[in-house]
Amino acid sequence: MKTYDVAIIGAGVIGTSIARELSRYKLDIALIEKEVELAFGVSKSNSGIIHPGTQNPPGSLKGRLCVQGNTLIRKISKELGVDFKEVGELIVAFDEDDIKELLRLKKEAEVLGVPGLKIVDKKWLEKNEPNLNSAAVCGLYAPTAGIISPYRLVYDLAENAVRNGVKIFTNTKVININRADKYFEINTSSGLFRSRYLVNAAGLFADEISGMLGINDFKIKPRKGEEFILDKKKADLARHLIFPLPSKISKGVLIIKTADGNPMIGPTAEDIEDKEDLSTSDAGINRVLASARRLIPSINDKDIIAYFAGLRPASGDDFIIRHEETCPGFINVAGIQSPGLTASPAIAVLTANILKKNGLWLRKKIIFHAHRKKTVHLFEIQLSKTGSLIKKDHAYGDIVCRCEMISAKEISDAVRRGAKTMDGVKFRTRAQGGRCHGSFCTTRIMKILAEETQMPLIEITKRGKGSEIVKEDRVND
Amino acid sequence: MIKKMTCIECPKGCRLMVDVRDGKVLKVTGNECPKAELYAISEIEDPARILTSSVLGQGLILKMIPVRTDKPISKARIFDAMKEVKKIRVTVPLKFGDIIVKNFLSLGVNLIATRKAE
Amino acid sequence: MIKRGLVIVGGGPAGMAAAISAYENGVKDILLLERDQYLGGILNQCVHTGFGINYFKEILTGPEYAERFIEKVKNIPEIEVSLKSIVVSLLPDKTITFLKPGRLETIKAKAIIMATGCREKTREMVHIQGTRPSGIFSAGLAQKLINIEGLLPGKEIVVVGSGDIGLIMARRFTLEGAEVKAIIEIQKKTRGLLRNMVQCVEDFNIPVYFNHKISRIYGKDRVEKVSACKVDDNFNEIQGSLFEIKCDTILMSVGLIPENELIEMTGARIDGNKTSVPGIFMCGNCLKIYDLVDGVTEDSFLTGKLAADYIRVRHPSLQR
Repeated sequence: MKTYDVAIIGAGVIGTSIARELSRYKLDIALIEKEVELAFGVSKSNSGIIHPGTQNPPGSLKGRLCVQGNTLIRKISKELGVDFKEVGELIVAFDEDDIKELLRLKKEAEVLGVPGLKIVDKKWLEKNEPNLNSAAVCGLYAPTAGIISPYRLVYDLAENAVRNGVKIFTNTKVININRADKYFEINTSSGLFRSRYLVNAAGLFADEISGMLGINDFKIKPRKGEEFILDKKKADLARHLIFPLPSKISKGVLIIKTADGNPMIGPTAEDIEDKEDLSTSDAGINRVLASARRLIPSINDKDIIAYFAGLRPASGDDFIIRHEETCPGFINVAGIQSPGLTASPAIAVLTANILKKNGLWLRKKIIFHAHRKKTVHLFEIQLSKTGSLIKKDHAYGDIVCRCEMISAKEISDAVRRGAKTMDGVKFRTRAQGGRCHGSFCTTRIMKILAEETQMPLIEITKRGKGSEIVKEDRVND
Repeated sequence: MIKKMTCIECPKGCRLMVDVRDGKVLKVTGNECPKAELYAISEIEDPARILTSSVLGQGLILKMIPVRTDKPISKARIFDAMKEVKKIRVTVPLKFGDIIVKNFLSLGVNLIATRKAE
Repeated sequence: MIKRGLVIVGGGPAGMAAAISAYENGVKDILLLERDQYLGGILNQCVHTGFGINYFKEILTGPEYAERFIEKVKNIPEIEVSLKSIVVSLLPDKTITFLKPGRLETIKAKAIIMATGCREKTREMVHIQGTRPSGIFSAGLAQKLINIEGLLPGKEIVVVGSGDIGLIMARRFTLEGAEVKAIIEIQKKTRGLLRNMVQCVEDFNIPVYFNHKISRIYGKDRVEKVSACKVDDNFNEIQGSLFEIKCDTILMSVGLIPENELIEMTGARIDGNKTSVPGIFMCGNCLKIYDLVDGVTEDSFLTGKLAADYIRVRHPSLQR
């Protein structure tokens, strides 16, 4: 049996970032994921915000890695061809007390090294954020905040990691782990894996994985966030990411710009027990609408085209990133909630350093393929460019998802690049993610998936076994 | 006995009052057109519906070919008819209106294609 | 840039009637753009009867109604049909850009008729909360799956809303051997036609709950059940009325919305069959939602004439 140098459990943004970072070196790496596709856990409900580093206490791992990550992500986004847009963020103050708090945040953030912060006055707000509540008195402006597509980042990191030799195993659930003499024996739903080092990036289930090796000193407490997506028509609702002042447990309900163009409002923050509870609630939408309207009063609930809930894998106040001395070779990368996406590239570098410090020899490969060809998204490019793409490949002119303008070519490419499910296609391309919610394009996407994967139509799922779209095909009668 | 019913002959949906004695219709009121009388009689004596569905094509561009019975069939036979419809495989091109099954289920009606299938 | 006479966006009943009418009123250069691979639009999946009683004085199915117009359009050489063609940009100067396999085309039109139809309201638009499993369909998508693709979406169905498509699909699922457990309608009475209540619902003894709403959807991977409750006049839950219905499929039939995104792109105001941009017209369901296709046809004939009149006055050379 093959012994990997490093096995990573969990293929969300943390696991894939670590895998891609380690793929620079001469190592055999296995990335193990229990879901049918990557980014189907915590990462799929990420807001896509690249935070500047405000709102983290000085001295915290979160703060340091967030600021580092904000810089690193720019390079990575260029290398991988995932669009990063530096849109800037505003934290808004409504009264004197708020202003004091803003000044405190500014000071803390400056200690962490967040660049370009400034307090902007009412006039500035009126000019630069015209839909903002006119009751706002001033704001803290952080120009380095940005947005990225969290799933496309994961898929492109993974694709690049595979190009550089990483092996990815989906539908592979870890059942138990044994620390043998020289290696870890990882028993999974798809067989036994061996590795010399083991990185736990299992998100919501990181405590359970850690527990398998006898390390039980942290618990992952899911903190639910409900988010509501607005029609792309409202893309200009806000020019920046807009934040209220943060509370103890969350950054509050935000106005979020997304890489797909659809504004989003949310999230709520609610501590729950069930790690699989992704339901949204009437209370959630009411709270989010009320809070979001405090920032932008003109938000219309009729513009909501989709919503979802995600679970933050919270554990205490800070990230847990450490080598476990009692179990040599085992690294926990746990409790990665906000600003985990921003920090992900810095977490990957830190993890590599921890591995090195604990005896893993990091020899650089002579050839590391840092770059990948940017994925085409018609909705991002000029029509003239679309015209020349169609000439090269007719299928770019065959529009499948009319709400978001996604072609048959983009969908078949997404499937060839690894999408296995309807959600996998949606996250990669946005098809079915628009205002009709798949009413018009579901059948066509099912057919493309079936054709490309040689799967019968009745086996096409939304997100893996048990979520089949249809029950019967007349052909089989 | 007066039976209330809604006429389904056209989208107006007239509310009918049907005077029924011994299973026979004596009088229909509430209707705006004479079709309702025939409807009421049929509804009391032997309710019937046009069956519409679609059948599987094989080797044709259309996977499913829409079909209907060219006349109403007894409501009681609708599910039997559906069972048959599901078994049909059309392998030759059809024009719109072509008969797929003649004297369908011996009901004296034909099952016809309602769309061209090439 | 290619210059054309009349460009019609949408090859459903509205677009086809508008094209025929514009031709009959003298327009000799007509381009009809249809995004699907067939003309006929949504009629192709409406295999049930109930079409044409007013216009043709006959009872037809959707495909039969469509076929009569498709034949007519095909026999008029002055109407050029471009299938698999989707308009992606419309400017106030009547420059229209569309994509089709292999081509992007930009055309400057003398006049444009929008006949883009409508879409269905989704679960999200009526804010039904709970989980997001597989098994939630708009009634129209379910109709397409069964009638066009031959695929049965589920076995135990709850229909939300009592719009005509929902009622018709309740019957369709029943005929396919599925069990329709309930139709849940928040209002006091059906939004659909009475005849559909009779022939789709009463014929099959399907339970209908008026003054009720779905309060939550359950199920992780696939829909497992819904909870429903009685509502007061403000559509708020009446305490103590909550009950659950086990099901694997939810059909949404809660209304239709005109598809007006292209008109919005131009910034034009809609003013009856005209818009604030001279020469851009609208007809059919993208203008207002019709109960019957017959009404769409009449409206579109009128609009075709309006466009022809416009062209006659502004561009006499385009007349036959």
